[in-house]
This record gives sequence, structure tokens and C-alpha cells, in this order.
Amino acid sequence: MLGFLLRRILLVIPTLIGVAVAVFFLIRIVPGDVVVVKLRADGAQVTQDAIDAERKRLGLDKPLAVQFTDYMLGLAVGDLGKSLWTGESVAKEIAIRFPVSFQVAIMATLIAVLIGVPLGILSGLHRESWIDNTVRVLAVSGLAIPGFWLGMLIILMLLAVFNWLPKIGYVSIFEDPVANLTALIWPALSVGYRYAAVVARMMRSALLEVMREDYVRTARAKGVFERLVVRRHAVRNALLPVVTVVGLEFAFLIGGLVVTEQVFNLNGIGKLFVDATTRGDFTLIQGLVLLIATIFVIVNLVVDILYAYLDPRIRLQ
Amino acid sequence: MRHLSIAAAVGAAILAVAPAVAQTPKKGGIMKFAVVAEPPTIDCHAVSTFAFAHPARAHYSTLLKFKGNWDNLKVVGDLATSWEQSPDGLTYTFKLRDGVKFHDGAPLTSEDVKASYKRIVRPPPGVVSVRRALHADIKQIETPDPLTVVFKLGQPNASMMTHFASPWNCIYRAAKLKEDPKFPEKTILGTGAFEFVEYKKGESWTAKRFDGYFLKDRPYLDGYQAFFVRSTAVAPGIIGGQFDAEFRGRSPAERDQIMNAAKDRMVVVEGPWVTNLMFTFNTERKPFDDVRVRQALTMAVDRWGGAPNLAKISALKYVSGMFRPGYEYGLPESELVKLPGFWKDIEKSRAEARRLLAEAGVSNLKLKFVNRNVPEPYRPGGIFLIDQWRRIGVEAEHSELETKLFFDAMKEGNFDVLMEFISDFADDPSAQFDKFLTPEKSSQSASRHKDKLLDELFDKQARAVDPVERKKLVNQFEIHGLTQAYSAPLLWWQRIVVHHKKIKGWELHPSHFTAHDYVDVWLDE
Repeated sequence: MLGFLLRRILLVIPTLIGVAVAVFFLIRIVPGDVVVVKLRADGAQVTQDAIDAERKRLGLDKPLAVQFTDYMLGLAVGDLGKSLWTGESVAKEIAIRFPVSFQVAIMATLIAVLIGVPLGILSGLHRESWIDNTVRVLAVSGLAIPGFWLGMLIILMLLAVFNWLPKIGYVSIFEDPVANLTALIWPALSVGYRYAAVVARMMRSALLEVMREDYVRTARAKGVFERLVVRRHAVRNALLPVVTVVGLEFAFLIGGLVVTEQVFNLNGIGKLFVDATTRGDFTLIQGLVLLIATIFVIVNLVVDILYAYLDPRIRLQ
Repeated sequence: MRHLSIAAAVGAAILAVAPAVAQTPKKGGIMKFAVVAEPPTIDCHAVSTFAFAHPARAHYSTLLKFKGNWDNLKVVGDLATSWEQSPDGLTYTFKLRDGVKFHDGAPLTSEDVKASYKRIVRPPPGVVSVRRALHADIKQIETPDPLTVVFKLGQPNASMMTHFASPWNCIYRAAKLKEDPKFPEKTILGTGAFEFVEYKKGESWTAKRFDGYFLKDRPYLDGYQAFFVRSTAVAPGIIGGQFDAEFRGRSPAERDQIMNAAKDRMVVVEGPWVTNLMFTFNTERKPFDDVRVRQALTMAVDRWGGAPNLAKISALKYVSGMFRPGYEYGLPESELVKLPGFWKDIEKSRAEARRLLAEAGVSNLKLKFVNRNVPEPYRPGGIFLIDQWRRIGVEAEHSELETKLFFDAMKEGNFDVLMEFISDFADDPSAQFDKFLTPEKSSQSASRHKDKLLDELFDKQARAVDPVERKKLVNQFEIHGLTQAYSAPLLWWQRIVVHHKKIKGWELHPSHFTAHDYVDVWLDE
């Protein structure tokens, strides 16, 4: 197990290097000049020499090979560079927004798991019953309704019924739990509903398949209580694909909540990503892509560890 | 009952003749408002965006500033109590207020003004000064005493007084600039009515009253908080009470949405904006090098008929030439209607447009029209233009681009017609004419024309210190420019600001870059 973990961790490094190189060159294929957007987008009279001076100050006049070398050397010492738009370090810009996206992702995952897994189990165990049909209708609607649209409905409902919206601004849950949860429960719900639908459907399908396995029939034949058959044998094995889905969805949520963050005015990674792309802020985009890649890699590692925990055969292999 | 009726009638009569009593400003309260973009930097000299002006301008003072509403705007002193311009226009002398303090308690002197302007005119290495070229005529700055500053110009500049009132010419502390010329990029330290408290990136900007402000009974507010939100979140945010205003401007639909939901507590102020849309022809591509084709395409557009309808759905409202309607230097309507594109009889105008196209040997013209992918008001403006051109048999491919791709297309000349805009902090011919010049003269010229007459007229009016002479030259420029139609103004914008009724004292300027020192703003609660 330890060897397996070490091998996986070592594989992270070439993966991230590959991502860093790819994103560096791919971004620069897209036309557009961040300096022109920064200085001229509001229509003010800015002369060409002011634009040239700013390009020089940002190092954008250097040859591509020099920019690439600086970038890779910076990465080697953990320096993601500075935002071309604000001049702040990329790490700092990300660190400010990360807690919001991370917490929404955690909350949405909790909602998805706490609702999706039990509903999926109930649905699988009572196949073709009214329970199963109800859960399936809810799940299909969760898959069909876009999360951001549900978010907009939530906003409208809060305005229409309570004439109220949560305060703008992120407060840490450790500082003020009420303010924190009051603000973030709504985006978590709007995203968590679709997420729960995915989890419920996956849980149901996996459980139905596992319940047909020989070892489940054997356990029943041995006289094991049905509740134990389900909990100890069926659900545990059915959880394997669900763990994969939950892991992938969680990783996606960190940087993928672009529209939801806009709807709820959240200062998260998704919003930062959109702003950076619109402005052509190369260094920030590079840092964000590396962050997302790192998260996916870590989540995959955690999923693999959970797999080993859930399935002893994998551990022994 | 009869006595009550008489009493009511008498009361009403008294109210009808009694003069309106001005409200006494109240002290206290925190004003909360939204800003739909974030400043790229906190250095005043390095920005030209409302995203800085709205949250941060109130921390600083300038020599002069604009005061009044859009229909009675004038330049008044901010740090300056009086000023003199020499008859030859080469020397400007300012007397400064006594007793002005920076937020750290240090007194302001003429050395601070000198250091700040030097930084604008001759920025040290690594410092960004985006308006350096506009102040290039300043050759020397003298400080004969701590309360006097004298600017000596190398040649007359008719826009100099406007530049001294620029909201971007913030006065920094000379001692701090000497220690570190990049000091303003990291720290906010000014003499404005509000001290900086906190900037939470992506979220909010907080300020508090500066008790040492040079106007003893100001500011009225205890502070303000600006929230950085998406434009689509403004209307729900105002209705839901997250904030009480957004000062850049909303669309008519958003105005109606807010007023329908909250008219009991909101108020609308509207007026013309120093911002327009205009369409520019790429004269390096045929047939747009032919003045007849350009004139035809501008004459096809029914500005007078389209404006009232576009005003219902977008910020586009006013028909005017190269200047905001009402600006003293602009052509009067009686002259404007003689020029191509501004005839009141649209059928006659379109008939003439078709004739010009035929004369130029152009038929079944198809053009590539590049626009910004900004819904308001670029999209409705673009759709309107395409419709108007279709009426004379011209087909347009509407290409809507992201901002950075748009500027790239402009720079590379990858368009037939381009939707441009003018937006500045003040009505000023030198500012508004910049995009009408040749590329040799202006890096913002997209049409690539080679008409030197426009450059010559521009130079002459820029140096004309006599307002009468300047107006003549400005009018000549406008007539020639609109006739040649390298760029043709479409419509000027209306500025619609919806704010809570409790916000008093805020002035609607024609520019969204000014009026953000909040010195006179108070909350009636």
C-alpha cells in the first residue's frame, strides 16, 4: 500500500509539468493583448507609448523562450508569478478566493452524499415501487435542471417571499458561522441538488447490480439478516463507483462553479477564472489551471485510497 | 365638516405658494453601493476606469474638480482656492488651501502637488502614467511658496484646465514618493474626505470619514462600502437590500425592474452621458476608401427616428455629432442636420445613399461588421445598424467579439466596419477628437485614413487659447469629420442611475468618472 501511494505521488510531478507546459503555450495562441484591455477598455485616451511602457514593465516584450524559462524556473521554486492585471502574486489572488469555492464544494458534496446515497439505496431496494419512482423523478429533474437556473430561482424566491438577500462578502465559518452558512447554503443547495441526483442514480444502478451477485445470494442462503446483507455486502461494494463520481464532481466544483458564483455574487475561483480569461491574464490563468490539475490529481489519489479501504482485494493487489 | 374643508383648502394654498425648504444634511451613516468591475491597481495615475473612481477616488483630492449636475456643470477648486491663467496660456498659477492634511496627519504643501504632477509628466522607471502624453506640454513646475504652485507650459494647451480637473490627477505625498515612487501602488494615502480602511479583493472596499478633512463640516457620511458585483447582480442586490445604489448607470429595463419592485424607496436620476457609440470604416479596404460609400452607409441610418425607440431598451438615446448634446462647443442642431447622416427626412437621406452607392459603382455590398460582445448597448446598437443598412441593400455579417479579441481586430485592421465608442471624464474637443485623427497622430485611430486636414485642425484647436477661435476650429473639424465620415457617431448614451431615496447630495455628472469624492453626500435616515 505504501509503495502504491509513493508511486502515485511521484507520478504527480510529471503530470503537473506536462499541464504547465501545455497551458503556457495554449494560452498564448489566443489573440488579444491584456495591456490594451487594461488601459483602453474604458475608452480613455491612452497613447501607444503608455501601452508599450506597460508591456515592458510586465515583461511581455521579452522573447517567448525567455518568458517560458522564467515561468518554469518560478514553478520549480513554487512561485506562480504575478497577475498581469493586478500585479499581485497569483498565489495570493487564488488564496483569497479558494476558501469560498472550497466550502461550497464541501457543502454541496455533503448535501449530495447525505441525500443522494440514502435515496439511491432506498430506490434500489424498493425497485419499481412508489419510493423508487419518486426518487427517480426527483433524480431526473435534478439532472435536467441547470444548477445556475435553480440558483436564480432561489434568488427570486428569496426576494419575492422575504424581500431579502444574503449579505455580500465571505466570512469564515470559524469567525461567524451564522453569516457564513446563511450566505453559502443557497449556492450549495442549487449545486447540491444536481449533484445529489447524480449520486442517487449511480447508487441505485450500482446497488441493483451488486444485489444480483452470487455472494449476496450466498449470504442470504446462509441466513444472514437482510439488513446486514445490504449494509455489509451490497452497499459497501456498490459504493465503489459512487466514490469515483463523488470525487470527480468535487474536483470539478472547485473551479467549475462559474455561473453559480455569478448568480450568488460569490468571490470564488470560477469567477476569478472567467475574469482572468476575459482579460487575457496569462499568468493567472496558468496558476488556476495548475490548481485545478493539482486538485484533480489529489482527488484521484484519495479516491484510490478509498477504493483500497472499501475493497480489500485492491489492497491485497 | 365645512370648517375642515376650508382648513384643508387653506392649508393646500399655503403649501402651494410656500417656497421649497432645502433639507439640512444629516451627519452619519454608511453608504453602500455596487461597483460592477474591480480596479486593476490602486494607483490613480495608472488607471482610467470607473472601477477605481467609484470606490477609491474619495481618498484623494485634485487641484480642481467638476461640480454641479449634468446641466450646470462647472470647474471649481478642490485643493486650489484660486487660479490664474496667463494671457498667452503658458503659465497657470494655483493658490492652495491652507491647513490641508494627508490622512497620516502630514500637511499638504505645493511640493506635494509638484511631485504628483512630475510623476504624471515624467514617471520614474517602472511607474505607469497613462496620461503622460496628455500632460507633455508641462515643462516646468515651480513652488514659490508652500501654498502656491506654478505650471509653465512649453506651448499653449486649450485643454489644460480640464486636465487640472481630471479625477485621475490625484495628489500624493511628496515625501512618500521620494522614498518609493511606487508607493501609491501599495498604499492609499490622500487628502480626500475619506480614509481607506480595507480592500477585500473580489468583494468590497471600505472607507471611513477623515475627521481632519479640510472642509470642517464635511463629509457628512461616517463612511461607505463598495461591493464588487457582476452587472446582472445589481438589480436584485438593490431590491434585496444588499446595497443602495450603483453609480455607473443601468439599462432602462433594469431601471424599470428596480422601480417596479421598490419604487417606495428608490429614485431615478437621468441625463446625457459623455459616452457614445460610433461606427468606423476601415479605409484600407475597398470600397470604404470611397467617401461616397461611407456617406451612403451613414445616411442610411435613421438616428432621429431610431433614438426614441432605442432609448426604451438601451442606453442609446441622443442624436448628436462629435459631442454630447448640450456641450457648448458642439454644432447646433440647425447645422448638424445639414450633414450626412443627420438629415431629418430619412427617406430623402436613403434615396441619396442609394444614389451615392450607384455612383460609386457599388452594388450588393456585403460587409464585415465587428462589434464588442457586450449586451448593453453594443448589441442593440449593432442590430439597429445592420437593420438600417439592409434598407439600402447592404448586408452585414455581425461579428461580436470578446473585449481583447475586439481590440486585436481593431489593431490588425481585421474589419470592414467597427463599432467604437468614445468615453471620457469631461467634454473636451481634444479628447473627443482623438479617434478621428490619422494613425500617425493618434494610436487610437482605427479608420487608417490619411486626411491631414483633420490633424491640422486638431493641432490648431488644441493650441487655441481664445475660446471663440477654438470654437470656430472645433466646428470646422466636426463639419469636415462628419462629412468625410471616416467614423460616424451613432448615438450618445443616456446615464440612468437608480439609488435609494435616502442618498442625498450626489450629483449626476455627464461622466461616470467624476462626482465620486462623496464630500457632499448624506443619508436621510
